[in-house]
Amino acid sequence: MTTIPATPMLNPAPVEVSVETPAQRLVRKFVANRLALGGLIVFVLIALAAILAPLIAPQNPYDLAVLDIMDGSLAPGELSGDGKPFLLGSDEQGRDMLSAILYGLRISIGVGVGSTVIALTIGLAMGLFAAYSGGWRDALVMRLVDLQLGFPPILIALILLAILGRGVDKVMIALVALQWAYYARTVRGNALVERRKEYIEAARCLGLPYSRIVFGHLMPNCLPPLIVVATMQVAHAIALEATLSFLGVGVPVTEPSLGMLIANGFDFMMSGRYWVSFFPGVTLLITVVSINLVGDHLRDILNPRLQK
Amino acid sequence: MGYVINRLLQGLMVIAVMAVLVFIGVYAIGNPVDMLISPEADQAEIQATIVRMGLDKPLWEQFLAFINGALHGDLGTSFLYNEPAVRLILERFPATLELALAAILMAILVGIPLGVIAGLKPNGIVGRAIMTISILGFSLPTFWVGMMLIMIFAVNIGWLPSTGRGETASLFGVQWSFLTGDGLAHLILPAINLALFKTSLVIRLARAGTREVISQDYIKFARAKGLSEPRVILVHMMKNMMIPVVTVLGLEFGSVVAFAVVTETVFSWPGIGKLLISSIVHLDRPVIVAYLMLTVMLFVTINFLVDLIYALLDPRVRRKESA
Repeated sequence: MTTIPATPMLNPAPVEVSVETPAQRLVRKFVANRLALGGLIVFVLIALAAILAPLIAPQNPYDLAVLDIMDGSLAPGELSGDGKPFLLGSDEQGRDMLSAILYGLRISIGVGVGSTVIALTIGLAMGLFAAYSGGWRDALVMRLVDLQLGFPPILIALILLAILGRGVDKVMIALVALQWAYYARTVRGNALVERRKEYIEAARCLGLPYSRIVFGHLMPNCLPPLIVVATMQVAHAIALEATLSFLGVGVPVTEPSLGMLIANGFDFMMSGRYWVSFFPGVTLLITVVSINLVGDHLRDILNPRLQK
Repeated sequence: MGYVINRLLQGLMVIAVMAVLVFIGVYAIGNPVDMLISPEADQAEIQATIVRMGLDKPLWEQFLAFINGALHGDLGTSFLYNEPAVRLILERFPATLELALAAILMAILVGIPLGVIAGLKPNGIVGRAIMTISILGFSLPTFWVGMMLIMIFAVNIGWLPSTGRGETASLFGVQWSFLTGDGLAHLILPAINLALFKTSLVIRLARAGTREVISQDYIKFARAKGLSEPRVILVHMMKNMMIPVVTVLGLEFGSVVAFAVVTETVFSWPGIGKLLISSIVHLDRPVIVAYLMLTVMLFVTINFLVDLIYALLDPRVRRKESA
């Protein structure tokens, strides 16, 4: 209906109507799927809550001065001594679980996103290097990738953490070491196809420098599948960090991520105080599921085989 | 034959590289002396312990001793239990094996029917519901699901026990839980927990396989012959879609064993995973090294067998390697 009055106005420049940049097409297709859009909105909200935690959390859960042992182990919704409600209950030291979760999210998401970005950069560089130089350099990198992908991620993470010890930085090192191989493999596969195309040939004929061909021409065309892998990997990294921290080999007690909070609540669960580990778990679950929904849909959009 | 030797040498290389990395990594950090000797011990006692454990020798000498021992099936003695590390692990391995096999069995029994249903009706409500469940299965962190299972079935309803292996019975000189009613009850929750992730994987594989096979001519032909629908699905279709499922599950067996670390910790299942975690926490390095070396060998063996089977099934693989 609304298109009818619009048509005459568009007549002077008909070309602009049909032109849609790849980015616009991506946005249009993404928004069309409600589930994926919902996932994205939820994740953005969670990320905002994590970033703004110091402003919106009812208390600073690591400031021992504000904790009151008298408020310990309160059920969700109960009031503290000074009349403030603990929406999600409190742990045995009187720490508000909502605040603890918000602060825990900062560490979980920070570790997940941070390690993914670093691993992506390394994997991208290694994959492009392998594909563009070929020969023994390619073989060396890909053998390393094969070797690593032959073992389950959790085993490699445990090996590395057994060697490195606990700590946020160490968990990130382990997660980066785990992930780079996925990116390297994806990028290499794509780059091998792309480098035979005419535009690379053209760039070579123009005598462009090596770095410009690789980073200016080859790299942008290898990115789409990488975005999908990276999205999924953020979810994996967050879940794996939580698992490692739960096992007691991840982040230290002083910097509790969601996994650590869940582990802390494990003992209380047997005595019926489920909320100490239940709510951090639900938060973790929602975070991971929302990212996976986005990633799943991105894969459908960006997969050339599914496009007509 | 050249292919087999090639693969075998590669496998041995991997083991050798891992041995060096793991040993140097694990022995270069931390000081077990601080961990294992009580603070009240005097200097002489500390010295005696260091000498007894060989911790005073240079790293390369410790490494040579380690390699020499490893070739004789001795990967060191646990600092904590004062028992050979290999024996500690082998003692606990049946528990892990039992758990892993139960989980894989469960993943097959649940995953394949669901995957086939989802593949037959990919756009129906049931098909979509099954796929949503499988996304959830991929997303749910294993340890949290385990805790929820304990909370619901062990604490709230009280149907099933939540920790340990329960009563065991002996078969071939090894203790197994699944032979006794009590042991079986103890096995159910951990097995469900460990199976969850693989079930999602099997659902996806079975669905993809079904969708691929269903449009093939021999299925149309079987239908045209007037065979009943159950027979077409159960015999003609299943046979052909099972190949990728079985291959992937074979490859995934090692990963199930590795992932058992999480389930064993949640359910206090006395397997090798729980031993590994407590060894890492207590810096019991010989046990860590032995666990890693045995697991790496397990993986190399699995990968080697899968490569061999591939080469048997697909002559192209052999030709490419020897060319």
